[in-house]
Amino acid sequence: MEMSLTLAACVLILVSGVPGLFSRRRSAWGQMTATVLVLAGSLIGLTGSFAVLVTRHVFLASLPGIWPGAPFQLKMDSLSAFFSVLIFLMAAVGSIYGHGYWRQREHSTTGQKLRLHYGVMLAAMVVVTLADDALAFLLAWEVMALTSFFLIATEDGQPECRQAAWVYFVATHLSTLALFAMFALMHEASGKFLLSAIPVTTGAGLKMAIFLLALLGFGLKAGMMPLHFWLPSAHANAPSHISALLSGVLLKVGIYGLLRVLTLMPDPPAAWGVLILTLGAISAVLGVAFALGQHDIKRLLAFHSVENVGIILMGLGVAMIGIAVHHPVWVILGIAGCLLHVWNHGLFKSLLFLSAGSIVRSTGTRNIDSLGGLARRMPWTAGLFMLGAIAICGLPPLNGFISELLVYLGLLRPAAGHGSGSWVAVASGAVVLAMVGALAVACFVKVLGGVFLGSGRSTAATEASEAPLSMRGAMAVLAGLCVAIGVAPVVVLVPLESAATVWMGNEAAGSQLAVLFPWTMLTAISMGLAVTILIAVTVWQIIVRADASPRRATWACGYTKSNARMQYTASSFVQILLELLRWVLRPITHGAGPKQLFAESVDRHTDVPDFITDRMASKYWQIFKQRLIPLRRIQQGSVQEYLLYMLLAVFIMLALLIPFGQISAHLLGR
Amino acid sequence: MLNDVMTIAIHIGLLLFMPPLLPGVINRTKAVFAGRKGPPLLQPYFDICKLFHKGMVISESTTWVFLAAPVVALAATLLAGLLLPFGPFAAPIHFTGDLILFVYLFGLARFFTTSAALDTGSSFEGMGAAREVAFACLSETAFLLGLLVLVRLSGSVSLTPMLLSPLAHPPEAPVLMAAAGLFIVLLAENLRIPVDDPNTHLELTMIHEAMVLDNSGPLLGLVHYGSAMKLFVLSALALHLFVPFQIGIFGADWGLFVIEMIAMAAVIGIVESTMARLQMRHVPTLLMAAGLLNGIGFVLMVR
Repeated sequence: MEMSLTLAACVLILVSGVPGLFSRRRSAWGQMTATVLVLAGSLIGLTGSFAVLVTRHVFLASLPGIWPGAPFQLKMDSLSAFFSVLIFLMAAVGSIYGHGYWRQREHSTTGQKLRLHYGVMLAAMVVVTLADDALAFLLAWEVMALTSFFLIATEDGQPECRQAAWVYFVATHLSTLALFAMFALMHEASGKFLLSAIPVTTGAGLKMAIFLLALLGFGLKAGMMPLHFWLPSAHANAPSHISALLSGVLLKVGIYGLLRVLTLMPDPPAAWGVLILTLGAISAVLGVAFALGQHDIKRLLAFHSVENVGIILMGLGVAMIGIAVHHPVWVILGIAGCLLHVWNHGLFKSLLFLSAGSIVRSTGTRNIDSLGGLARRMPWTAGLFMLGAIAICGLPPLNGFISELLVYLGLLRPAAGHGSGSWVAVASGAVVLAMVGALAVACFVKVLGGVFLGSGRSTAATEASEAPLSMRGAMAVLAGLCVAIGVAPVVVLVPLESAATVWMGNEAAGSQLAVLFPWTMLTAISMGLAVTILIAVTVWQIIVRADASPRRATWACGYTKSNARMQYTASSFVQILLELLRWVLRPITHGAGPKQLFAESVDRHTDVPDFITDRMASKYWQIFKQRLIPLRRIQQGSVQEYLLYMLLAVFIMLALLIPFGQISAHLLGR
Repeated sequence: MLNDVMTIAIHIGLLLFMPPLLPGVINRTKAVFAGRKGPPLLQPYFDICKLFHKGMVISESTTWVFLAAPVVALAATLLAGLLLPFGPFAAPIHFTGDLILFVYLFGLARFFTTSAALDTGSSFEGMGAAREVAFACLSETAFLLGLLVLVRLSGSVSLTPMLLSPLAHPPEAPVLMAAAGLFIVLLAENLRIPVDDPNTHLELTMIHEAMVLDNSGPLLGLVHYGSAMKLFVLSALALHLFVPFQIGIFGADWGLFVIEMIAMAAVIGIVESTMARLQMRHVPTLLMAAGLLNGIGFVLMVR
């Protein structure tokens, strides 16, 4: 039943963009139909997925006729449902937001194809989480990759948008290639294309190869450092509700794949856990460090996705180490932190991208340093962005804190025990996480200060207007969920326990989650914080009467003619940190400072380029291209030649089927 | 049972009413060192009362963030104070993982105070906020490293059992390292010399004082009260490492705690009187030194 609901939801979402193709370009009818279909699909899908999470049933379905020789099997368990909940939720939110943000009337050339790909990509993502054999998985994975490529390239008139889409295209195919190899090796180990457990007897080398290929393929998708290179520009250049989807959901499908493959591996060595933990720590620190140096708000948010994927991987790393050293408590805390951060990051990062979209829509710029003072022009967007910022910094009392606390407990628990050995590596992770938290605060105060506070630095900022109701509504839903999970974390206990149990394959350990974490205490704490603030504000109102106080210009040490351009800019705000991190960020300064004693006009700005795409790729790509020139001879673009290649391929495959051995035995035997 | 209720009442009472005494003691100590008579010990209380009776002027570029920041910072600090055991008595609130909440509540306070500083649009306040967030990245890391040493030694991830467990009899090297590291963090987090000079608003020293340039009247009173409370809470934490003594008699232990807190403030006063403020560019080095001290304490426990 639950499985049919989910599949029905998939079909509804899959076709949601199709009716719009037949409507006239400027009519809003297509967009309405698409939204209604996506909303209906999401509701049905959420019902089905939650039902699976609560009942913990496992459903199997296979469509044997579809593919000769392979079963095309789908399976739905709590782990799939945990991820499909996020997908369905974001589908609905993004679609409502799109109503205000990407109106058919204003975007008549791109709206139809955007909605078509939007539906197909979402459906493909759900199928990825359901797939139970290599073929279904790869098929859905590839559909997801292609449609997301088209979504990133929505505004393909702009060169940087095309560039971002192509880089993504290369990255996603590298990922698919790694997955093909991984599934081939899995077939080698288990003898099946089904996603079934790999036998214990498999050699260590083969297991290691499968693990590394999974890490490469899924790590590319999840944006793990140093495989994140495609991510910042792809997320920055897509329309904002697509960025929200890419960042909030698509990256998580990569995490899902990694989690799923790891469930199949018997006896993982501790080194795997340490590797995942280390890569997670590197992603977290470098993600937030690169984010600090960005001037483009969406690029900055994209780097924060790398950071949060790092935190998710750190949770997973603890869990893997726990499995290797037989400490179920570490496993449950680590995996619960990992899974909950998947949901939480989906919520607050989408919220932040949608608010960024609302800024871009009304000011036309993504440059933090040319904005300012938007809190008074766009109070809703400002408040919602601030909420998202508090959540992503992992500060109490919002949801980011809950999942980070789970990861922290997983990291600290080994240190509190009396065992020796792996606790050092794990506990060092807690220190990394503390540093990441403080850097994230610095980064988001920079954005808040630069974009929303102070006074506007350009006319675009001083004349901005608030987003329409549909956009605010979509953001408010996400903000509400952030608050709900933060204030009453106990609401996620059931789904979390259910998904974590499936991942661990250990019923008894899963049920410990309820006692290992202060679920209800945190509610009391949040309430306490809220009540304290309320009392303080009430007392405050009685004593102070802020609205009756006179308003004067900001005090500037006696200088009376200060203007908006004299404010501390977002770039100067993080300059100390950039200096401290210079050895890894290597910022580039353009233009020289003033040379004379007296004032003169100077132009000076700093950039923090990405170390893979902007430094290494541009250098090595040229060499690579030179080497590949001989291969161009077989790629001439003529259809006849390609037909010939296909024919040859078919002949070779047929030739392989001919039983030469039997024939020769037959002939010679006579 | 009665003692439990009394403990909570005294805990909250001290947390609410004792903080402004500490800056008074510090200022008195500094005056003694400088050969002056100095302000009365209770001067900070008088100052805060006076500020609450004054009117205020608000910058026209500010929004609600500016007004909310001192309130949120105070509420966060107060809640952090409730998580910490004072002297040998358990904290009113304790649960698994409360030490992370303790650290992150200060993060929440910092998020709001630095945002409020940027809300005024003043370059001075922006500069103060920039320094605050930058140094916090180092001091928060050092702080967590210090706590990690204590987690390992006590085998607990909750502040009350962690700090009340006999950490070291006799004091071991890791505890001494952590104590030294956490003391530097205490000075840095409260923006005292050698990191910041709380008496000046000069551009060279601008951190905390620069961030609150536009606060006036009750708002400024609240800021002063909040920073005194933060000093109180972090000092109470450091006390557990410096003087882990107890008498065993209920009243005497509370008396001892109050005396120890005053002594702690006097020590901070002595540090402030005998040291010069560091150049701003050397502050990160000092904080890294704190991190290294805690880190060495951490490494010493790896066997």
